[in-house]
Formats: sequence, C-alpha cells, structure tokens
Amino acid sequence: MLGDRPDRTGNEATGYAPLPVAGAASRAPGYADEDRRPRMAFFTDTTVCIGCKACEVACKEWNDVPETKWDFTGHSYDNTGHLSADAWRHVAFIEQPARLRGAEQIAHTAAIEHHAQDLVADGFRWLMMSDVCKHCTTAGCLDNCPTGALFKTEFDSVVVQPDICNGCGYCVVGCPYGVISRRETDGKAWKCTMCYDRLRTGDQPACSKVCPTDSISFGSLDAMREMAETRLAQVTAMGFAGAHVYGDGEDDAAGVDGTGALFLLLDEPEVYGLPPDPVVATKHLKSEWLSALGAAAALALTVASAVAGGARRR
Amino acid sequence: MSEGSVPTPSVDLGAGAPAQQLKSPRGAMVPPAEVRSYHGRPILQAPAWTWEVPVYVFVGGLGGLSEALAEAAELTGRRGLARAARRTAAAAALAGPPLLVADLGVPGRFHHMLRVFKPTSPLSVGSWILAAFSPAAAAAAGLDEIGRLPGLRRLAQRVGSALGFGMATYTAVLFANTAVPVWHEARRELPFLFGGSAAASAGAAALLLAPEGEQEPARRLALAGAVIELGAEEVMERRLGSLAEPYHEGDAGRWAKLAKSCTAAGTALVAAGGANRLPLRRLGAVALLAGSFCQRWAVYRAGFQGTADPKYVVTTQRRRLAETGDASGDEQRAEHT
Repeated sequence: MLGDRPDRTGNEATGYAPLPVAGAASRAPGYADEDRRPRMAFFTDTTVCIGCKACEVACKEWNDVPETKWDFTGHSYDNTGHLSADAWRHVAFIEQPARLRGAEQIAHTAAIEHHAQDLVADGFRWLMMSDVCKHCTTAGCLDNCPTGALFKTEFDSVVVQPDICNGCGYCVVGCPYGVISRRETDGKAWKCTMCYDRLRTGDQPACSKVCPTDSISFGSLDAMREMAETRLAQVTAMGFAGAHVYGDGEDDAAGVDGTGALFLLLDEPEVYGLPPDPVVATKHLKSEWLSALGAAAALALTVASAVAGGARRR
Repeated sequence: MSEGSVPTPSVDLGAGAPAQQLKSPRGAMVPPAEVRSYHGRPILQAPAWTWEVPVYVFVGGLGGLSEALAEAAELTGRRGLARAARRTAAAAALAGPPLLVADLGVPGRFHHMLRVFKPTSPLSVGSWILAAFSPAAAAAAGLDEIGRLPGLRRLAQRVGSALGFGMATYTAVLFANTAVPVWHEARRELPFLFGGSAAASAGAAALLLAPEGEQEPARRLALAGAVIELGAEEVMERRLGSLAEPYHEGDAGRWAKLAKSCTAAGTALVAAGGANRLPLRRLGAVALLAGSFCQRWAVYRAGFQGTADPKYVVTTQRRRLAETGDASGDEQRAEHT
C-alpha cells in the first residue's frame, strides 16, 4: 500500500551492545572512544502517520510524564496542542483543501495512484506529524542553562537532569523550536530525553518502538539521513512536489548546526508549527556582549562627565 | 501582515504546484505576503519568567549605576551624594537576589546557579556578576554606616562600581540571547536601552535622596540616561520594523507608551528644575523612575506578545531566508563562539 519504503534496519534499536555495567571487563568493540556512540536520531516520515497518538501514549507511559491539562482545542483531533514539559511527543493534525492535478500524469503505476488518492480525496488531504525534541547539535536550551542541568549524552542527545534543574526557565526562551517548558507541579524544566535510559540498555525509544506504521524510525543519524533521502525520492516521484526533509544541518537546521530529528514534510514547516529557519541565539552571543560592552563604556563616560562638569561643591 | 491564524491555501499536488514555490523561497526577493501557521498556534513557548524578572532588571540597573555614581561622587569629594547613592545601591543589592530566587521553579536550589560558570549562558554570567556585586555594594554601605574598616569599604565600593556597569547591561544580553524574535532582533539596542534606563533611574533616585547642594551630577546623569533610553528605544523600534508591533499594540504597547511619556515628562521637568526649583526636579525624578520601570515592563511583556503569535517567528525567519538565500547564513555561523 505504501510502496517500497526503505529498509527499516534503522529501527532495530540502537544496534549496539548495551553499555557495560560497572566493573564489567568487556566493552562494545570498535570505538575509538569506548564511551562514545554514533549520533542517534529520529526520522519521522509524516506521509505514513495515521495520527493514532500511540507515540504520545507510549512516551507518557515509559517516562512517567504527567497528564496534559485537558484542553479541547476545537481546531482538529489534536488536543495536545504543542510540545511541552508534559508532552514530549505531539501529533499535529492539519486538514487541507487540495486538488490532485493531472493525476494520470503523476501516477505511473496503479499502486502509486491508489496511494495518492488515499491522501487526497474529494479535494481534501490530511497532514499528520508526530513532533518531538530536535536534539540540536548546538542546542539553545543547553547553551542557556546556567546550572549545567542540561547536557549532551554519548548519543549526542540533549537531556535535562531533574536533580540539578532549579527551574530558572532560561532554556524555555532559549529553544528556537518551543519544545522545552517548565512543569507547573514541580517547577522544573522537562523535555524528551530520547529515552536515554532505554538507549543505554541498547533499546530504542518508546515512541519509535510503538509506532504501528513505522512513521517514526530510530537509528544512527547517518542511517536516518539515508532513509529520509530515499523516501523523499519516492514521494517526489509520486508527485508530491512540496515534499522535503526538515531538520537537516545542510538546510533549514543550519542555524542549530543540524539536529537529531529529521522529518519528511509535505508542506512548509510553519504549517506543522515548526520554525522555517530556526537560529540558536548563542550564534550572536559575541555581538550581544559587544553591544553590552559598548553600552557599559557609554555609561562610564556618562557618569564621569556627570561628576566632572562643574567644580566640586562643598 | 495578516493575522497568523488558519491560513491554509489550496495546495496542488501536481507538478509545478504552488507548494513547490512556497517551499523554496530562497533567492526570492520578498517573503510570502501571507503568514501560514499551525491553526494559529504559537511556535515558541511563552517565557516562563514571572513579574520578579522585570522588577529585578529595574532594581539591578538602579543599584548598579547608583554604586558607580557613589564612587564617582566620592572621587570628586561629594560625600553627601556618595552616601545617598551608596545606600540606594545597597538597598537594590539586597532586594535583587530574593527577586531572582523567587522567580525560580525550585527556589531552594538557587545555589545551583553557582555550581558552574558557563560563558554561553548570560544567566550564568549574570549570576556571577550579581554574586559579586551584591555583597560588595552591601558591604560598602554597611561599613560606611558603622564607620569601620575604611580600606575595605573603599575596595568594596570600587569593585561594586565596576560591576555596576555590568549589572546595568547584562540583563539586556539575558533578554537578547533568546529565541524570542522581539528580544533577539533587538540585541544591538537593548543594552543601551537598559543601560540608559538604569542611568536615568540612578540619577533620579539620587535627586530624591541626596543633599540639595550636591545634586547637580545626579541631575546630569538622569538627563543623559533618559536621552540614551529614549534614543535607544527609537532606534530599536526602527530597526525592528514590523517586529516592533508589540511595542505599539496590546499590553506591552500600553506600557511602552506609558514609559515614553513618563521618561519624556521626567526629562523635561528635571531639565527645567535647575537651582532653587527642587520640587520640580523631584517630581521629574519620580517620573523618570516610573518611566525606567515601565520601560523594562514593556520589554518583558513584549516577549509574551512576540511569542503568542507565530507570525513574528515566521516573518522574521522567512525574511531572513529571502534576504540571505541561505538558511541561517554563513556570517552567523562564523560568529558563533
């Protein structure tokens, strides 16, 4: 039904031996740095997402994420709304008017025609996407964190240590994707950990494990990138002219030096609630401090001239 | 720019469909006229900060430049002015940390701020500035009041006055180094805005507290600070362009107008309040303090308005893509430290 999709080998957990327990003699062979792992990543193929929200549920179950405050959005089947401290996966629902123009030209085979008509029926199409933390190479949340609570793991994922976080909220304004937020009940910042505990035992994250259509894949970033490009070529051949891979460091994610979460999208990022060109604020840190230095110098001159003018009055 | 809500234009799926053109605006001269979004929902999180943060920014700026004024006044032999400014600085230094602690989600862990020094985090840098400034300013005033250890008092005041300029400006970097477009895109002007505002408030406080005969430097500082504040605000709004909308509309817009009115009125009154016109001067000082506070509150509120509507994020980034023709741009990458 879905055509020849790329091989799912990337979904075979982390593909590496579990981290050795303390004191164990043997370690996973073949790594220059024995604690180092290849960078791991999600690839979310939105073209096969059916909006079942199993990823949201599995994530909550595994990570003990509290229930999201019940809020009936009224705009779609999406009542989660946005990623937050209490929603580490979020399935977006978009209903779009759409015309299938020149279907006979696009559809070279019956199978493809069927698929295209599945997605576009009666001048209307569904877009569904399971959103997640992007685990940026240069992460705004991590750069901004003043306590060291946020850190980069051996899988290059970005994780908050709840025993360190003091809830200053600076990561919340630092994230260009609006992912992390402060949990009201305990005052700490929370977000997707890429199931760090599962990765360390050689398993894959709960969301990708449970995804019934393999819309969410997980594996090394290289494998995910390859899978994304293969799939992009497929859907482009099917006639989805607007299809593109989102989250790659070469393109829209250059402002964060690449991410650990790729998405195959059929429309512009902002339609899915994603920023079209996110840039981590610390890219401009130098000019920010230089401006502050300039202002401080101007103030010093101002103070000096304020007391210099006129003789001392005693 | 239209409201950023629910614009879902028809998307053709055929070859050469409009979706293709919209997908790749790189190289286009103008950004798309219509802002598309996910049901009009925000892209960014609203800031988690509460009222304590803008109050702290005001208090920190007031304290920082008061300490600098105290040192400058002492160096030029104005002891009354020095004492008044020193007391203001100490009061601010004592009020600042509790405000910041109260804003934390887990206040009992405030000391986690000092478990690392992280140059990439303006909040970390600022915490260390505050951690040094606060005891210095408090010690300078405390030792002066009890008349003990004059050498240590001088040292504390010198350290405090140097850090005072940092206190007045680091908070601007704190706001600027965020994903909030209305703050981040104002990164060049915010330090001057906050710094000028801090100078105006420190001068104004000294006008209210210092002996009449030694008020002239405070008056000049207040006036210069107010001029910098108003000038920086003007430049900031011009540079932000359509992104300055929160400073004209809604809650933040009201506070910004109030801030400008108070500062302008205060400037006029203080300027007119020369010798033998103490009441006029003092009224002006109160207006300047109010203007300085409202200015910070307006910037704080603008961050909420600027994240609530996705159009600010989308238009800023689409414009950047259209101008650079390249996601994020090489110069930005090169600038990364």
